Amino acid sequence: MLVQALKDQGVDTVFGYPGGAVLPIYDEVFQQNDIRHVLVRHEQGAVHAAEGYARSTGKPGVVLVTSGPGATNAVTGLTDALMDSIPIVVFTGQVPTFMIGSDAFQEADTIGITRPCTKHNWLVKDTDRLSGIIHEAFHVATSGRPGPVLVDIPKDVQFATGTYTKPSPTASRYQPRLKGDLEEITELVAAMEKAKRPVFYTGGGVINSGPAASQLLRELVEATGFPITSTLMGLGCYPASGKNWLGMLGMHGLYEANLAMHDCDLLINIGARFDDRITGRIDAFSPKSIKAHIDIDPSSINKVIKTDIPIVGDVAHVLEDLLKVWKSRGRKTNAEAVAKWHMKIDEWRKVDCLAFTASDKTIKPQQALARLEALTRDRDRYITTEVGQHQMWAAQYLTFEDPNRWMTSGGLGTMGYGFPASIGVQMAHPESLVINVAGEASWLMNMQEMGTAVQYRLPVKQFILNNERLGMVRQWQELLHGERYSHSWSEALPDFVKLAEAFGAKGIICKDPADLDDAIMEMVNYDGPVIFDCLVEKHENCFPMIPSGKAHNEMLLGDAETQGVIQAGGAVLV
Amino acid sequence: MSALHIKKGASKHSAYNLRPTFSDLQERHTIAVLVENEPGVLARVIGLFSGRGYNIESLTVAEVDHTGHLSRITIVTTGTPQVIEQIKAQLGRIVPVHEVHDLTVEGPSVERELAMLKVVGDGDKRVEALRLADIFRANVVDSTLGSFVFEITGAPEKIDAFADLMRPLGLAEIARTGVAALLRGE
Repeated sequence: MLVQALKDQGVDTVFGYPGGAVLPIYDEVFQQNDIRHVLVRHEQGAVHAAEGYARSTGKPGVVLVTSGPGATNAVTGLTDALMDSIPIVVFTGQVPTFMIGSDAFQEADTIGITRPCTKHNWLVKDTDRLSGIIHEAFHVATSGRPGPVLVDIPKDVQFATGTYTKPSPTASRYQPRLKGDLEEITELVAAMEKAKRPVFYTGGGVINSGPAASQLLRELVEATGFPITSTLMGLGCYPASGKNWLGMLGMHGLYEANLAMHDCDLLINIGARFDDRITGRIDAFSPKSIKAHIDIDPSSINKVIKTDIPIVGDVAHVLEDLLKVWKSRGRKTNAEAVAKWHMKIDEWRKVDCLAFTASDKTIKPQQALARLEALTRDRDRYITTEVGQHQMWAAQYLTFEDPNRWMTSGGLGTMGYGFPASIGVQMAHPESLVINVAGEASWLMNMQEMGTAVQYRLPVKQFILNNERLGMVRQWQELLHGERYSHSWSEALPDFVKLAEAFGAKGIICKDPADLDDAIMEMVNYDGPVIFDCLVEKHENCFPMIPSGKAHNEMLLGDAETQGVIQAGGAVLV
Repeated sequence: MSALHIKKGASKHSAYNLRPTFSDLQERHTIAVLVENEPGVLARVIGLFSGRGYNIESLTVAEVDHTGHLSRITIVTTGTPQVIEQIKAQLGRIVPVHEVHDLTVEGPSVERELAMLKVVGDGDKRVEALRLADIFRANVVDSTLGSFVFEITGAPEKIDAFADLMRPLGLAEIARTGVAALLRGE
């Protein structure tokens, strides 16, 4: 019945790991060919792979794991998906209903454990309700603000037979509001007509809303000529080659983007949530601006930053109405002032905050990414990342022209996300170039998935910037903790080339800047999974940076004196 | 049950005041939440409060619509206006939550709580306890030669006052239901 429900939901791929409490379902999976099952090597990997699948396709990712440890191993992935609003549906086995509560073998209170890390979850006690709950689970995961859901199915419910119901879109009571309030939209249009220094601040909500939202956003930006920046999660919703593009904002965002946020007089937040990595010091955040906020989740509004023009609705729906209203009122903007604003921004651009000095002895991580960008930009390319310095550098130096091309763990910051996510992306896009930009420490957290990559012949490229350090931790210890590098280096690293070979994959090591281009091309052209061990400068810090507890206009650039810049108040922040 | 047909998530005419005036003053609000009576729904609501660090002063819950399996949860909470708005918005996000109403904002409401108090004593104290119970319109629901159990209904302040009076007279145990509240009028 589960398999039938998945087929009716249009599922083609399931990531999972079998165990005692899901054997009846696995028996059904064995006897069909419509749904591919990808055997991961750890349940956390299954959830991240499903996230990668979901983010690169816009469809929900599906996971099937067993009870007890299977479910608890999925918790990190569920929390990651919740923080980043990724639609995934996780099925867990459970001990038979008559044994629940008896501390049975591989029993865990899965519903209790996952309640705070799912959008919703269900324990199915009656086989007749199974199909209805599965359809509801897909509906909840994908409607409104997307998120992870979990369905816990006891083994006796799996064995029993029941009545199957077909999915019906109207069956659910859960119907979040999509259309924005027209009065509020009109008020925003009026503010846009007058604004002298407007800026669009976009986030993952634009991507979650679907391709139409990105299309409408592009139309709006081109028509108004307003500059646009994006969060880490929203990269790709507006093309990096677009002339109004400011680059990413936030703690490690670009100078011009952060200063534009600080000095603007109209801030239009589209599908972002004023995360603390974005705002910096709250009381100094964009002090002169009127703030408009478009979000499908009412709880995002006024959570962190007080909003002047709140619009609750789906980004695509709201932008469509916004464009209509703006056009019907005569397509007005304060063009003269906006042109001046662009000139001001161009001055900030001249600071060239991403400049770095390449060396001919050691590879700078920025250089590695700049070359990766130059050599792969024109390909059909998907990028995943782990978490840390490499992630920020990737966001700074790689460019994205389209949504759904960039998969990274933003809210939760999960080391170990990128490799399994790249597997999920490659499953969904078998012909595309999928690169996981990694640090050696993050990558080791889920390295067991090499087995999965090799088994399914997934040519994922693991581009490891190896500084033998937990780079971001090291950077913070340098800035905040008197250069006492407590446990932030990677001892006893494996030989990544031999490791790749041990798994039956290809390993490449590169330490000389002169060899970098050839090595990258060798990786790209190899038809199979590759571990690329790029030995980089060990003490490079990631700049620009807004130190904790500081405002957007107090950024550190690369050559800044960094000691003592974070004061006591900022040191308690993360 | 009162007619609760205000759309969730509406930016106007809604339980969510999307344009609050922020102040740092702590306010006390009574919030009524209509939920589907499914297993774990109370845990979701309580988990939200503990997980996000909100206060619960009192909480009552019971099924109010047996055919529709709907329960009404009444929560008394304190917080700054911004926190109160967040609480309502976060409650509205829970999938089995049908409606969220801030009775403190939406109009005058009646709040009632029931309490039972066991008072142990004899002689004058016993007589005085009985006399005060009469003034507070509390009923005696159990009696022995050395004790009474009083049942009292009223606003929480009235119950506090009654309990304060009973304390020197031999208050041994108290059980309170927490606040149930309804909007006044139609």
